Amino acid sequence: MKMMITKHPSAWPARFDLMQSATGLFLALFMWLHMFFVSSILLGKDAMWTVARFFEGYFFFGTNFPLLVSGFVALIFSLIIIHSALALRKFPANWKQYSRFWQHMRSMRHADTTLWLVQVVTGFIMFFLASVHLYVMLSRPELIGPYASADRVWSLRMWPLYLLLLFAVELHGAVGLYRLAIKWGWFDRGDPQSTRRRLKTAKWIMSIFFLVLGLATLAAYIKIGIDHSANVGELYTPSWMEVQQ
Amino acid sequence: MKRTLNFNIFRYNPQDPASHPHMEAYTLQETAGMTLFIALNQIRELQAPSLAFDFVCRAGVCGSCSMLINGRPRLACRTLTESLPDTITLLPLPTFELIADLSVNSGKWMRAMSERLETWVHSVEETDLDRIELPMDPDLAEHIYELDRCIECGCCVTACGTAQMREDFIGAVGINKIARFKADPRDQRNDQDYYAVVGDDDGVFGCMSLLGCQDVCPKELSLQTQIAYIRRKMAFAGL
Repeated sequence: MKMMITKHPSAWPARFDLMQSATGLFLALFMWLHMFFVSSILLGKDAMWTVARFFEGYFFFGTNFPLLVSGFVALIFSLIIIHSALALRKFPANWKQYSRFWQHMRSMRHADTTLWLVQVVTGFIMFFLASVHLYVMLSRPELIGPYASADRVWSLRMWPLYLLLLFAVELHGAVGLYRLAIKWGWFDRGDPQSTRRRLKTAKWIMSIFFLVLGLATLAAYIKIGIDHSANVGELYTPSWMEVQQ
Repeated sequence: MKRTLNFNIFRYNPQDPASHPHMEAYTLQETAGMTLFIALNQIRELQAPSLAFDFVCRAGVCGSCSMLINGRPRLACRTLTESLPDTITLLPLPTFELIADLSVNSGKWMRAMSERLETWVHSVEETDLDRIELPMDPDLAEHIYELDRCIECGCCVTACGTAQMREDFIGAVGINKIARFKADPRDQRNDQDYYAVVGDDDGVFGCMSLLGCQDVCPKELSLQTQIAYIRRKMAFAGL
C-alpha cells in the first residue's frame, strides 16, 4: 500500500517527555547528594559547618557568598516547577479518571501500578512542602549551619514538615529513577525482566538507606535544636576558630 | 482433592431492555486439567444457557476469550482452575464495548487502533505481485515474527493504568505494532512518519511505564523492551 501519512505533528510531546525525564533524573540524583550534605551533621557540627560554608564559596574566596546558595536554590526551584508542570500532564484530570485508576489498581494488585499512585501522592505533597523549604533556603541561605538549621528544625517547628518531606522525597525519587530506567530501557542488556527485578531491589534498598540516613540526620538536628533552644539565633563557630580566638 | 468452585459472573445484555448489570453465582465441581474455558462451557450447558462469552481456538491463539479473572486480564482457555482460589470472579474486559456478559467487542477497538496507526506495510512503489519477494535475513524475519505473535486479545490494554484513564491511548498493542513495522524493511516509513502516528501523549509518550501490559501478556511479548525502544526513537525523531 502506498504512503498515507500526511500529518505534520508537533515536536513538543517529545520535548516534554525528554524534559520531564531529564529534570526528574537531575532532581532525584541531586536529592541523594543533598542528603549526604545534610547528613554531614552526623559526623559532627564542624563537618556540617564546613559543608555549608563550602557551598558559600568560603574556601575559594576566603569569605562567604550566601547568594551562591540562593542562585543554586533558584535553579533547583525552577527545575521542580518545570518537572511538576510536566508531571501534571500525567495526573488524573478529573474524578472519573481518579476513580477508574483507583478501581483498576485495586483490581490488578500490581506493584508497579500501585507505585505510580505513590508517586502521584508524594509528588502532590512535595508541591507544598518542598516550596516552603526552598523559599526559606532561597531567602535566608546564610542560615544554613549546625545551630541555625537545628534551630529551624526544632525551635521554629519545621521538623514535622521535614519528616513528611523526607518520606515524600525518598519514595518519589527512588520510584522515579526506577521508572526512568524502565521507561528508556537503560541497563536492558540481555534479559529485561531480570534487569527489572534488580532495579526494583535497588530501588527499595536506596529508599530504605536514604530514609534511615534522613531519620538519623533529622534526629541529630532535633537533638542539637533542643540543646540550643535557649540560644536561638546564635550561629555556630567551628572548634578551630574558637581555639584561635 | 476435588474442589467445589464458586463462580461470580457478570451478567448483562445491553440489547435486552429488561437486563441490568449484576453478578450471578454458580458452583461447579472441579475436574483434573480444567480450564476456565471448560468451566464456562459446563456452566453454560448445565446452568446458564444464555451466558455469553467468546472463544474460537481454545488454545491461546485467537485471543477471543480474554476476560478479567479475579481482577486481572487473562485468557480463559489458558487459565487452569487449579491456579485459582475456590472463588472465581469473572468480569468482561473494561475499555472495550460490551456485547453481553463476558463478551466484548475488542475487534472494533483493535481495528480503530490499526487504522489510526496505519499498521500495514507502506511503500512508495506499486507492489508487483508477479515478482518474487526479496529475501530477508532470517534473524530479522524471526524478530518480525516475534513481534507479530500478538493476538490482539486486549489484555495489555486492560492492564494499562493509562488506558483506563485515557480512552484514546493506543496501549502496548499499538506500540508493539509500530515496532513491528519499523523493523520491517518493506515498510518505507521513516521515524518522522512513525512520529506522526505515535509521537504524542495518546501514543508512546502517554505510557507511564507501569508495565501491567508486560506482566499480563499471555504471549509473553517483550512489550517493556519495545515500548522503551519506540520511546527512544520517537523522542529523538521529535526533537
